[in-house]
Amino acid sequence: MHAHADAADTAPNWPDDIFATLQRFDVRQVPYVPDAGHSKLIQRVLASSTMRGIPLTTEEEGVALLAGAWAGGQRGVLLMQSSGVGNCINMLSLIPILRFPFLTLVTMRGEWGEFNPWQVPMGSTTQGVFELSGVQVLRASNAAEVPAVLEAAASQAYNALTPTAVLLSQRLIGAKVFTK
Amino acid sequence: MSKANLLDRRQVVSTLLADRKDVVAIGGLGASTNDMCAAGDHARNFYLWGGMGGAAMIGLGLALAQPKLPVLVITGDGEMLMGLGSLATIGLQKPANLSIAVLDNEAYGETGGQTSHTSAAADLVGVARACGIKDSQSISTMAEVEAFSTAVHDVSAGPRFANMKIDSASLERILPTRDGTYILNRIRGDLGFQPI
Repeated sequence: MHAHADAADTAPNWPDDIFATLQRFDVRQVPYVPDAGHSKLIQRVLASSTMRGIPLTTEEEGVALLAGAWAGGQRGVLLMQSSGVGNCINMLSLIPILRFPFLTLVTMRGEWGEFNPWQVPMGSTTQGVFELSGVQVLRASNAAEVPAVLEAAASQAYNALTPTAVLLSQRLIGAKVFTK
Repeated sequence: MSKANLLDRRQVVSTLLADRKDVVAIGGLGASTNDMCAAGDHARNFYLWGGMGGAAMIGLGLALAQPKLPVLVITGDGEMLMGLGSLATIGLQKPANLSIAVLDNEAYGETGGQTSHTSAAADLVGVARACGIKDSQSISTMAEVEAFSTAVHDVSAGPRFANMKIDSASLERILPTRDGTYILNRIRGDLGFQPI
């Protein structure tokens, strides 16, 4: 479960905003690794008649999948958690080589009240890994800015072929808590 | 050294692509991509020079985007071993138009011929079948290769998987273009998609 840092986020509708933006940009393939922060968006995708949610066994599969989707004329978006970014590094090399539109939405762990030290190393280097790999990084830290950040990210990824990652901060999602 | 009674990789790939019609073919990183080029360059050939382990997933993305088009992944045992999870992902999606042919020489030919896991332990056909790809078979004759080549065109009965035991002879490299943007945009153009 998640404890929400901001009272306004107790019934978050930002996943609906993300879904609406993806729909408007005609996103068709949505590879994902199951993740609590993305659970509402994944539900919306799986219930959609125009998008196909594709569960992966590891995040790097999603990078290759999106290259194939674009070869076949479809746009996609990769949903993952910060820990999964490290699994993608070599496959990210396909993006500048093939020059296909790449958008990924990353729920952050390892920051803003994280209780699990094992999440901190990858959470701390997520942005750096992307930037070293040639992927631009945008961040959304509160629900109000999600629509504008998503609009900018989708626009530059799909219209300008600028590989883009949106980091959905742990402050937005709420730090994960485990109760005994 | 080559074992006896194993298939010739170039003959296998030439047969798979001989009457390809509208097939889009994805070659895995390594000799399989060279084999595809040796069989004849084609606007619908997707040559991989990197991203090892990604060939089957590129095939899945393409197959889901173009469900009426036969999509054929031709890759090696080493490349397939690196992306074993993708067989589970494909088994779940069940794209009826996707076929995967593994050229299995039980070795990493590109890097000096070190033996691969398929030489003694890993059964790729068993893995594919256990991942939900029911039409998974081991192929050891050219007649079976020809039958598989025909089946690739049936876009309503896949996904299908075949592991083909080939000899490990080192052949002259026939190198395709390594300009990735050109390769991908050539396929898109042939499918009727305009540049952005």
